[in-house]
Amino acid sequence: MNVPLRHAAASAGLTIVDCDIHPAYRTPQDLHPFLPARWREHMTTFGEHLRQGLSGQLAWPRMMAAGMRLDSFPEQGPPGSDLKLMQTQHLDPNGVEYGMLMQLSRGGMEERNLDFAAALSGAVNDWQLEAFVKPEPRLRAGIVVPQEDAAFAVSEIERRADDRRFAQILISPRSSDPLGHRRYWPIYEAAQRCDRPIALHVQGFSGGHASTPSGWPTYYLQEHYAATTGMQNTLTSLVFEGVFERFPGLKVVLIEGGFAWAPALAWRMDKHWERMRQEVPHVKRPPSEYVREHCWFTTQPIEEPETPAHLADIIGWIGWDRLMFSTDYPHWDFDDPQHVFKFQPTEEQKQKIFRDNAKALYGLQ
Amino acid sequence: MTRRETRQVVARASDVKPGTARVVTVKGRDIGIFNLDGEFFALANRCPHAGGPLCQGRIVALVQSDGPGHYRLARQQEFLRCPWHGWEFDIRTGQSWCDPNSTRARQFAITVEPGAQLVKGPYVAETFPVSVEEDYLVIDLAG
Repeated sequence: MNVPLRHAAASAGLTIVDCDIHPAYRTPQDLHPFLPARWREHMTTFGEHLRQGLSGQLAWPRMMAAGMRLDSFPEQGPPGSDLKLMQTQHLDPNGVEYGMLMQLSRGGMEERNLDFAAALSGAVNDWQLEAFVKPEPRLRAGIVVPQEDAAFAVSEIERRADDRRFAQILISPRSSDPLGHRRYWPIYEAAQRCDRPIALHVQGFSGGHASTPSGWPTYYLQEHYAATTGMQNTLTSLVFEGVFERFPGLKVVLIEGGFAWAPALAWRMDKHWERMRQEVPHVKRPPSEYVREHCWFTTQPIEEPETPAHLADIIGWIGWDRLMFSTDYPHWDFDDPQHVFKFQPTEEQKQKIFRDNAKALYGLQ
Repeated sequence: MTRRETRQVVARASDVKPGTARVVTVKGRDIGIFNLDGEFFALANRCPHAGGPLCQGRIVALVQSDGPGHYRLARQQEFLRCPWHGWEFDIRTGQSWCDPNSTRARQFAITVEPGAQLVKGPYVAETFPVSVEEDYLVIDLAG
């Protein structure tokens, strides 16, 4: 019943760039063709070394159906593993012109064994092309790299740099140290040199830290907001360590961490920077300027103020050119392009958020 | 169109067992039929929140609590949870649990009628053969 309506909307011109789509392996063995024999053997014998309490469990608590839309389970494999279903359920009816793949697990960013992490990284990047981008050219891969091995990460980024099917570089915002730390700087230098944004998606696998600064949460509702504070910590680290000063061409996309908090955080940082900047003399400009110049935010899960129009004010403070639409398909809390805004953006505002900002950032035609 | 022509036989009553649901198409509309212990209800298969296929969701209870450490299940199997965003609706009324004041799933009148009655009347559209021995579910699109 919904489908005909959706096709009408898509043909009416509401095409979108979806900045957060999660692919999945049908089985872990899907990676085998892309792994050297030595690491296939390792994976089969020892498995991955995820830093979480219970091996083989979800790394996060989830409300329903493993965090997925109940209707997104294919006949075989987990949600996101069946390209045909992704096309018929999401890409086609929602008028997706380009979709950014967010591959978070088994890409090495969570793996302590750095040699295995490097093998996983290469494999997952090949796999994204073969399983999704080649058969569906609307999709764009991310260069997934293990941030804890910056030297390898740089080599993998450079190896993929000429292939524009890789739109950005994925590292985990839940890294061993806050991401502004100098151990990660070679990755930012490579990103700047290769003209790719750094994509930081919340709930990337843990670097061994609890998801909140005060320990593990009890309920999923708590965990959901830990993503927001985690993003704030990451952003303040990038600002005050001087990453944006050191890499003036660096672009960072903060994905699924909310955005309404960004203006308030920037105000606070500016206020304290004015008074205490002797501590960080390398931070030469008000923090809000770095955020405004270097950061992009995705929309899902969008904030819904009691007075819907207040969100337009907040977006205005961030910049209408800095917010990019995302669905988070196939997760249960995905945002639907036709229902996401509870206020009426102008046509120009809609085009920017649904499509043009992402096209400009990622160099899409 | 007279009121009676909006009615349509959609299933044998015995086809929708207690505690289960079935989605049928009536004049191009997808409608979910629910059997709550022998009482039948019908809701549009479209979530008023974001348009999801509501009636393909799980049939659940309400979890209620008097305070931390205490909980109980109430109104077991009387709520429908949308498969997309998890909004819950009272199957009996279509009322939203998340936003009861302004959100309601579209409800249709549904009745159980004996086949013997249906074969007499010329005003009810049939989607499959009706026999006099059985009971049938009739949805009224105007209801």
